[in-house]
Amino acid sequence: MEGFYPQDSVTNLIGFVVLIVVIRLAYVLYWSGRPLRTLSQRVSTLIVLGSGGHTAEMLSIVNVLEKDRFVPRFYIAAGTDNMSLQKARVLEESLIQKEEIGNKKDIEKIACFEQIYRSREVGQSYLTSIYTTLVAILHALWLMLKFRPEVIICNGPGTCIPICLVAFIFKVIGIRWSSIFYIESIARVKRLSLSGLLLYKLHLADQFYVQWPQLQRKYQRAHYVGCLM
Amino acid sequence: MMTIGAVDREKEKKAVFVTVGTTCFDALVKSVDSRHVRNELKKRGYTNLLIQMGRGSYIPRKSCGEDESLVVDYFTFSPSIADYMRSASLIISHAGSGSIFETLRLRKPLIVVVNEDLMDNHQSELAEELADRKHLFCASPQTLGQTIQTMDLDSLLPFQSGDGLPVAKLINKFLGFPAE
Repeated sequence: MEGFYPQDSVTNLIGFVVLIVVIRLAYVLYWSGRPLRTLSQRVSTLIVLGSGGHTAEMLSIVNVLEKDRFVPRFYIAAGTDNMSLQKARVLEESLIQKEEIGNKKDIEKIACFEQIYRSREVGQSYLTSIYTTLVAILHALWLMLKFRPEVIICNGPGTCIPICLVAFIFKVIGIRWSSIFYIESIARVKRLSLSGLLLYKLHLADQFYVQWPQLQRKYQRAHYVGCLM
Repeated sequence: MMTIGAVDREKEKKAVFVTVGTTCFDALVKSVDSRHVRNELKKRGYTNLLIQMGRGSYIPRKSCGEDESLVVDYFTFSPSIADYMRSASLIISHAGSGSIFETLRLRKPLIVVVNEDLMDNHQSELAEELADRKHLFCASPQTLGQTIQTMDLDSLLPFQSGDGLPVAKLINKFLGFPAE
C-alpha cells in the first residue's frame, strides 16, 4: 500500500535546506582567506575603531592606505567612545586639505562616521551581556546593510565582533562578499585577545595580522607585520 | 658663590613625571609617595616629582622641597600631558600602550609599573617584552624603589617606531591591487 506521508516530504525539505546551507558554508570557508582579484579600482572600506590604543594603531594603518583606492571609508566606534571618531575626522580633514580637492562638504562623499552600540562594557555581568550583545548584533546588521562594505579592517576589542559576524552571514547568504582583515593589538605579545581568538579559530578573518613574532609562531595562519606604533 | 650655586641647582632641575593615564592606580601613587621611593629618587639626583593621579583617590603629600627634599606636586588630568613628558628626565607610567609608546617616541627613560590588581592583566605582556628588549624598565608597585636604585639608564636602547606599511601592503596584495 502506497500512501502520501507529508512528514516525509517536510523532513526531506529540511534535509535539503540543511545540505544547501552546509555546502554554502563550506564554500564560503574555503574561499575565505584566499586572495581576490578585485576588478574595480575602488573598494568601500569599513574601519572599526576600538578606542584608546586600538584607535591609535588603526589610524596608523589608515594613514598609509591608498586613499583613492580604499574609498568611501566608513568609520565605526563604540557609542561610549567619543574620542575615536573625532580623531578619524581630524585625519580625514587633514587629507582633504593636503589634496586640496575642495571644501569640507566633500568629506561626506568619501568618509562617514557612525557610532555602534557596544556589546559589552568592562565589568558587565555575563547575563546582561547576552541581551546587550543581541542589541549590538542588530545594530551591526543595520549598519552593515547600510554600508555593505567590500573591505572590513578591525583590531578589537569586542566592538568588531558583531560586525564580523554579520559580514560572515552576508557572505553565506550572498548579500555581500567582504574581505575581513584583523590586526591583533600591540599589547598582545604571548596570547591572542578574546576577539582575536574568536576570529582566528572560527576562520572569520580573511587575513590575520600579529605584531610580535612569538604570536605568529603560535598561530601559523597569522601574518607577522612588526609594530604599528 | 651662593648665587652661582643657586643657578647651578636651577640648571640641574631633574624632573620625574608619573602618569596613570585615565585609569585608577592608587598602588602606584602610594608607592611613589612612599619615603623609600622618594629617597631613592633623591639619591639618583632627581629634584622634582610630578604625579598625574587620574581617577585614583589616594592623595600624595605635596612638598615645596624644603631641607633639600624632592619638590612634589600632583594633578588629576591635564590636556598637556605631552609637555610634562617632554620636560621630564624620567617617566614612571602605568602599562597602557598609549603612554608607553608616547614616552618611547620621546626617547625618555621609562619605568613601567604593572597594575597587579587588574583582572585581565595582559598589559604586563607588553611591558615585559619591551623590558626584555631593553627599551624600558618594568616594575611592580612593591619593587619600584629597588628598580630606581639599580636601574642603569645607559643600558636602554632607543625604540624604533613602526608603521602600517606592512599591513597596507598585505591588504593590497590580498585584494589583488597592483603594487605601487
